[in-house]
Amino acid sequence: MIEKILVLEVVLPLLAAPVCVLVRHPRFCRLFSLGVVAACFAIAVALLVEVRGGGVISYQLGGWPPPLGIEYRVSTVNAYLLALVTSMALVVFSFDSRGGPPRVPEQRRHLYYAVFLLCISGLLGITITGDAFNIFVFLEISSLSSYILVSLGGHRRAVMSAFYYLVMGTIGGVFFMLGVGLLYQATGTLNLRDIAARLEPSLDDRGTVLALALLVVGISIKLAVFPLHHWLPNAYSFAPPKVSAFLAATATKVSFYLLAMVLFTIFGAPFVFEELRLQAVLLPLSILAMFLASSAAIFQTDLRRLLAYSSVAQIGYMTLGLSTANATGLAGGLVHLFNHAVMKGGLFLVVACLLYRVGSVHIDALAGIGRRMPLTSAALVIGGLSLIGVPGTVGFVSKWYLVSGVLERGWTAAAVLILLSSLLALVYVGKVVEVLYFRKPAETQPVDHVREAPLGMLAPAWVLAVAAVFFGLTTDWTYGVAREAAELLLAGGI
Amino acid sequence: MKPPSRVREMPILRVIARALVPVILLFGLYVQFHGDFGPGGGFQAGVIFAAGFIIFALVFGAEALRQVVPVVLTERLMAAGVLLYGAVGVVAMFLGGEFLNYSALDPLTTGHHGQHLGIIVIELGVGIAVAATIMRVYYAFVGRRPDEDGTDADPALDTGAGGEVS
Repeated sequence: MIEKILVLEVVLPLLAAPVCVLVRHPRFCRLFSLGVVAACFAIAVALLVEVRGGGVISYQLGGWPPPLGIEYRVSTVNAYLLALVTSMALVVFSFDSRGGPPRVPEQRRHLYYAVFLLCISGLLGITITGDAFNIFVFLEISSLSSYILVSLGGHRRAVMSAFYYLVMGTIGGVFFMLGVGLLYQATGTLNLRDIAARLEPSLDDRGTVLALALLVVGISIKLAVFPLHHWLPNAYSFAPPKVSAFLAATATKVSFYLLAMVLFTIFGAPFVFEELRLQAVLLPLSILAMFLASSAAIFQTDLRRLLAYSSVAQIGYMTLGLSTANATGLAGGLVHLFNHAVMKGGLFLVVACLLYRVGSVHIDALAGIGRRMPLTSAALVIGGLSLIGVPGTVGFVSKWYLVSGVLERGWTAAAVLILLSSLLALVYVGKVVEVLYFRKPAETQPVDHVREAPLGMLAPAWVLAVAAVFFGLTTDWTYGVAREAAELLLAGGI
Repeated sequence: MKPPSRVREMPILRVIARALVPVILLFGLYVQFHGDFGPGGGFQAGVIFAAGFIIFALVFGAEALRQVVPVVLTERLMAAGVLLYGAVGVVAMFLGGEFLNYSALDPLTTGHHGQHLGIIVIELGVGIAVAATIMRVYYAFVGRRPDEDGTDADPALDTGAGGEVS
């Protein structure tokens, strides 16, 4: 049954968007998009259950068999990503819309939902499809809609940061397109599995190496790998809070999947990591990201920028897992996708609560809020502990497997650096906690009128906070799936 | 800046435009529906169709076009076109085929009748969406007037005579 309706995963949000535009009723659009996202989540979970243990579902669009037709292909790797994106979308959509985009009047709210649905559809499409050009199309759908979403933040600089994001994102998209073009030239096919089967990468073949370089750099821009991360802090800190939560939890994760798929499935681990030795670039950049971005986070005075820089650092952990190219390390990187989505999504939802009640998330404005908004602040503390990697939280699970993978590879220094970088996370999380609980509010900014956030906002944030603890204790559905996905990737399959 | 009435007073332009617009629209429809026998298709037809309306606006003013095609109608048509395309795919699914498998649209005959039907309907969807989008882009360029919901009013940009050439 599920293999017959697999395509609805992408088609539902894609067609729900024009329905929202046609109906134009804000409350209908909110409930309708929530329903659509819930349906997508149900399909994603059903798919994950179906393919766990090595199953693969293939779907031929329009009845045209691959490699000529577009194939949607679901295995453990992308079913995991589908479940991640849809679960985060579901949590973010259930977040009370009073925290919605401040610059969008009620009469135009339907367009906001339409664009949000298109963004989800694009991300799901990138993940589910087995066709290189189809990936590009969905990449553009998700990117264009996320530029719009970022520009809706109330601040004037939101538009500027959306434009900057657009320029960087378009360069990334073009690089990706050029890489796909070169692969098409080399193999004469666009089906990913077909490309992988026909491509015989070697260092002498300049075209193939160039294709790899273009693909890696293009995706790295979208993924915000360390020196290419400049668009991210502005985009996340000026976007509407719900959008930041969604993008931080999903957009970079899908790019990570894309990068892993290009490296392991198309070019294959032996070529990339033994002949070309990509880890010689990827490993130092990951470690630099961990340290420099975490250090930058320490000096931020705006909570959203702090979290954004922390995201860049966390992406460093993921790419570190990628560069180990062994099952444990890669699984650590993959499990960190979900774990980071849970904690960072939760933290950005907490930011949305704070913005709604306090009106600002500048670090000085938050002094003494811990007493006024105890539940919100507690959720922030759980998310923060998870960022540090305290045992019992999801952050610990990721770091445990990352360190194991790195040690398995024999990189003792890198393992030490992972642990040291956690100390930097301790500093920036500690700074926020100290302000929230221990600092007296300034005379000019009394906080007596601040009340706890409404239930509609608290509940989704707490769902993620509880998930951060729950999945820190039971790892079967996170690490178990990630491990399976990592083994599948290393074997060159999707 | 030249007075906005200048183009409207040119009799040759007005007469030619009046004569051209229906021909352009007809040609757009021809490109749309002849697309499966010859060169053409929804995208090209949509652009040609919208071009007919835009020539009308260039000569008679954007306000005149707004009365014929309200801004909100272009927004609805954009969505409707996409929905029409997607609906074909969903209907094919309900009839037992894959998404967008046009053969499933006509299960009774074995030939390519279903394929034929499917491509005509989705190209119609493309045509509607493209024509509406081009017109909406044109409206966005000629000045951000308050549309029916009264938002986005920007008096500085709102000359009411945008898009006139002279």
